[in-house]
Amino acid sequence: MSTNTPIVIVGGGHAGAQLCASLVDAGLGPQVHLVCAEAQLPYQRPPLSKAYLKTPTEALQLHRAASWFADAGITLHLGDAATAIDCAARTVTLASGATLAYGSLVLATGTRARRLPQLPAGLANVAVLRDAADAEALRTQLREAKALTVLGGGFIGLEVAATAQALGLAVQVLEVAPRLLGRSVSPELGAHVLATHRAAGITIALGAQVGGFEHDGQRLQAITVNGQRQPVDLLLLGIGAEPETALAEAAGLACDNGVLVDAALRTSDPAILAVGDCTRFPLAPAWQAVPVDGARLRLESVQNANDQARAAALTLQGQSPTYAALPWFWSEQGSMRLQMTGLMPAEGTPGASRHRRPGANDGSFSILHYVGERLVCVESVNAPMDHVMSRKLLEAGRHPAPAVACDPAVALKTLL
Amino acid sequence: MPDITLHAPDGTVHGFEAPDGVSLMAAATGFGVPGMVGECGGALQCATCHVQIDPAWAGRLPPPSADELAMLALTAVPAGPHSRLACQIRLTPALQGLVATIAERQY
Repeated sequence: MSTNTPIVIVGGGHAGAQLCASLVDAGLGPQVHLVCAEAQLPYQRPPLSKAYLKTPTEALQLHRAASWFADAGITLHLGDAATAIDCAARTVTLASGATLAYGSLVLATGTRARRLPQLPAGLANVAVLRDAADAEALRTQLREAKALTVLGGGFIGLEVAATAQALGLAVQVLEVAPRLLGRSVSPELGAHVLATHRAAGITIALGAQVGGFEHDGQRLQAITVNGQRQPVDLLLLGIGAEPETALAEAAGLACDNGVLVDAALRTSDPAILAVGDCTRFPLAPAWQAVPVDGARLRLESVQNANDQARAAALTLQGQSPTYAALPWFWSEQGSMRLQMTGLMPAEGTPGASRHRRPGANDGSFSILHYVGERLVCVESVNAPMDHVMSRKLLEAGRHPAPAVACDPAVALKTLL
Repeated sequence: MPDITLHAPDGTVHGFEAPDGVSLMAAATGFGVPGMVGECGGALQCATCHVQIDPAWAGRLPPPSADELAMLALTAVPAGPHSRLACQIRLTPALQGLVATIAERQY
């Protein structure tokens, strides 16, 4: 790729912001255009479900100040969404009508919240949470409401449920699956999360069949849960996210539940890269003990956004990185800090086993996942040192026997 | 409005005033001080805001929490006796004059 032509980044989430920082470190700042649909400098998203909702005066936490972008020579296009890519002409069209020529284009478009077709957009008491505007609206709604119903027992839904409960709302979580966080954590951890939230006073229904959405075009009045009508004060849709691939698909880039990229983050067009939540990337060789669909992964995480952005910056400098970063993830829910690292084998993976490592008390433990004798994933709750040492074990490719790794008398540090 | 001095890995020295209550990490990334990363935003997940506090100041900061001590085991440059994570240092008037050095590498 040429190094003296414009680099256009579409999307100002964590991946877009980190890519800016890495390109500035490489001395490429003046070539960079950052295009953001939001009229807002890039900001930290994890606080949006926690501190930002809790405290009315809490400001957005910017990745970098406006002066940093200016000093770096980056051209910002804020509040001006990219609407089309012309791969042949190598241009991007923006909503304002502006056309940007690129030598290299990087898509960092992220995800959008999944919505329900039965619920029209714009109902005053129905919320989703992806971006700052969503969080600002939800913060106001939480102050006006007495009760919150969360549809979906995933990370966002449970984080907001815990925050709302701390704010004094009556909180109910409705999950259609038989357990919480079904696709993301082990049954043991899911059961612990369920018990902890229930003990804190949150009502949680599993196997909940939700329907019967009654609204007048302004507000959602009621829903039915397992056939029973329930009035709704405030509803949060926490039913997952979908990769934002519309721009890529319209440009003819290969997409399949995400923009398909190679290990250097290149899409099917060699002048276009993609990074972050919107990508589906090849499973690194080190992880092939864990079978995944199509040998490709799509991860929604700060870690993946940052690490992919750093790898993409190398590609943009003419190198050929192989993206193989260790996945890690966290979620804070009330008194629980969940931390995960590695790749969790799907239920029923041949040779997979799970082992519990006790922590300091009942609310603290780790679940170690093995495929055969290989340690592949560790989930921890309120056990930060075990999480940290698990990351080191996985980085180093160590595979201590489960009986040793789960002996609370053995510090994981000693197994490195 | 504390006056903060940060020595960056590239040898540059950065002095700035920070609004009360903001973390040293957030202030430094906001000003674009080289070498400060803070990729998890201060959630004690990434250990990429590693600093060494000037020995004259080390004893004047509130001590690190158990979570911070755990994360200090993950820093790219091994932590020393005066190592801290800048996201856990909340700037207050009491820290007027704080001096710290940003670790050589963060990842």
